[in-house]
Amino acid sequence: MTKRAKKTLKPMKHSASHRIWTIRFLIAAAVVWVFYTYVMYRLPEGLQTIFQNWLPPTTVNEAMVWVICALGLNIVVGYAGLLDLGFVAFWAIGGYSAGWFMSAFFGQVNIHILTTAPRDLPGIHLSFWGVLLIGGLICAFFGIIIGAPTLRLKSDYLALVTLGFGEIIPQVFTNGQNIAGFNISNGTKGISPVDNIGVPGKVLGPFDFSWKFFIFALLTAVMVFVSLRIRKGRLGRAWLAIREDELAASMMGLPLKSTKLAAYAVGAFSGGVGGVAFATHVNGVFADRFNFSISIILLAMVVLGGMGNVWGVMIGALLIAWINSTGLPAFGDLVNNTFHTEINFPSYNFLLFGGVLVLMMLYKREGMIPESRLKAILHEADDTTSNIAGGH
Amino acid sequence: MSLLLEIKDLHVAYGSILAVKGVSLTVNEGEIVTLIGSNGAGKSTVLRTISGLLKPKSGTITFAGEHIEGKEGHEIVAKGLCQSPEGRRIFPDMSVRENLDLGAFLRTDKAGIEADRERVLELFPRLRQRYEQKGGTMSGGEQQMLAVARAMMGAPKLLLLDEPSMGLAPVLVDMIFETIVKIREQGITILLIEQNAAAALDVADRAYVLESGLIKMSGNASELAKDEAVTKAYLGG
Repeated sequence: MTKRAKKTLKPMKHSASHRIWTIRFLIAAAVVWVFYTYVMYRLPEGLQTIFQNWLPPTTVNEAMVWVICALGLNIVVGYAGLLDLGFVAFWAIGGYSAGWFMSAFFGQVNIHILTTAPRDLPGIHLSFWGVLLIGGLICAFFGIIIGAPTLRLKSDYLALVTLGFGEIIPQVFTNGQNIAGFNISNGTKGISPVDNIGVPGKVLGPFDFSWKFFIFALLTAVMVFVSLRIRKGRLGRAWLAIREDELAASMMGLPLKSTKLAAYAVGAFSGGVGGVAFATHVNGVFADRFNFSISIILLAMVVLGGMGNVWGVMIGALLIAWINSTGLPAFGDLVNNTFHTEINFPSYNFLLFGGVLVLMMLYKREGMIPESRLKAILHEADDTTSNIAGGH
Repeated sequence: MSLLLEIKDLHVAYGSILAVKGVSLTVNEGEIVTLIGSNGAGKSTVLRTISGLLKPKSGTITFAGEHIEGKEGHEIVAKGLCQSPEGRRIFPDMSVRENLDLGAFLRTDKAGIEADRERVLELFPRLRQRYEQKGGTMSGGEQQMLAVARAMMGAPKLLLLDEPSMGLAPVLVDMIFETIVKIREQGITILLIEQNAAAALDVADRAYVLESGLIKMSGNASELAKDEAVTKAYLGG
């Protein structure tokens, strides 16, 4: 045995980078929080206006919800390589979980558990934290329901089934005011308001943006931690193996069905958490907000950011969420005011995304911050296929 | 010698097309048995059915006294039936180490895994040199070594080798077949599927000749190697 070989055979040090990176994320989030809580309102008026126009707290909060959902989708698409075109379904189910369990919607009952809602308000009022869990679990359940019958399908067909699921669920909620005599969603009217988030010693009102940011950032940190930790573990390795070569993975004894279902369940759970968070962000659940474009935007966040790379996906999500909600309208106002034009910039957002996606696929397929493995797959595709190609 | 694998009257179909039409074969513990035949004879279909990737239309497969036909792939691997697939199919973007780790995916005996890791690296010293290199960047021969080594990491009772010599230079083919003999010396039973009939018959104890989904001949490998029909059809003689 050579000296060098001996060195490489040493067992890998158990690295705790998932903890370090989660802490780094929390520090960055804390800086943002301090800024919006204490610094922003002390800035000179002009600077304040710039921040209000270009980076208002509500945009930042909404972006965090997008990050949570995008990280969930990243587990399904980036880690396990299963294309999902209907992720909006989980966002919607999470949202309605908040609608059902955190509002006066079920007026015939009066259940209050650790809630911020007034005691005499009818309906089911559970704690925000409990509803996060319930919403996540309901979504995980639906993730398995949608996953189980589609496991034998190849990726294109799987994408079609998820696409259908993502269309059906929002339609069910849109038309849900009378399903066999039961009202499950108030139809197009939606459910509003939902209860406020309660933290020890404080109730967060609808406009308590900076504290909500704190909570959304905490949820994101949990997602970051879980994403990084899980990928180093047994399950994460199994997902990567299935993504690289499903047949070979099965020959190594990887249980394909349960491994794929786990990806669906974990991804859907995060979608549910994001949905509950979003309901508290907009203080309600409205069926018309859950449309197909959400699934596509989420997918664009994952692909543009860098499939499989937690940081890439996060930055992709923050960037696209910002462009969508604030960047493009603000830029449009700037252009229109400067040149006295009347171009409706936000209406061009899909043209912009489409163009950017095409350019990325042409010149940087692996995304802004590529995952090291994927980069290699995409760039060495030609050599590896010639090497591993099996003849018959 | 006790019976390790017994296939009885196996029929396998792709849709309505019958690819394997009543194959029966046995593998005893400690043997090297080879299944030879030309392209499209159904060799890989038989192997894929054994390892649970295809479901048989009829017939039975018994491994170590248990019926395994129709079982899921991972259940079969867990029983000690591991496969080095046709076309190698290593994980191209994982290192040699990670490929070997995945070979031992179902095992929990850490000491046993490390012992096997050492064992396969002794068997294939080249893999030790390439230990942290990505599988996809290695040569065809090295990938084949990795595919066999990875299958051995599953602690097989029976090792299924599907076309291990395919696409390799003659010197590497010799090396692979020498290694197959060494693996048997370590007490692992081998079922070898090969198009390279000459080399396969050279290392095997017994052989089956598969033609159009049927066993045409079977018997002692050295005798089959002398058989006129076999020589004519498969040995270019």
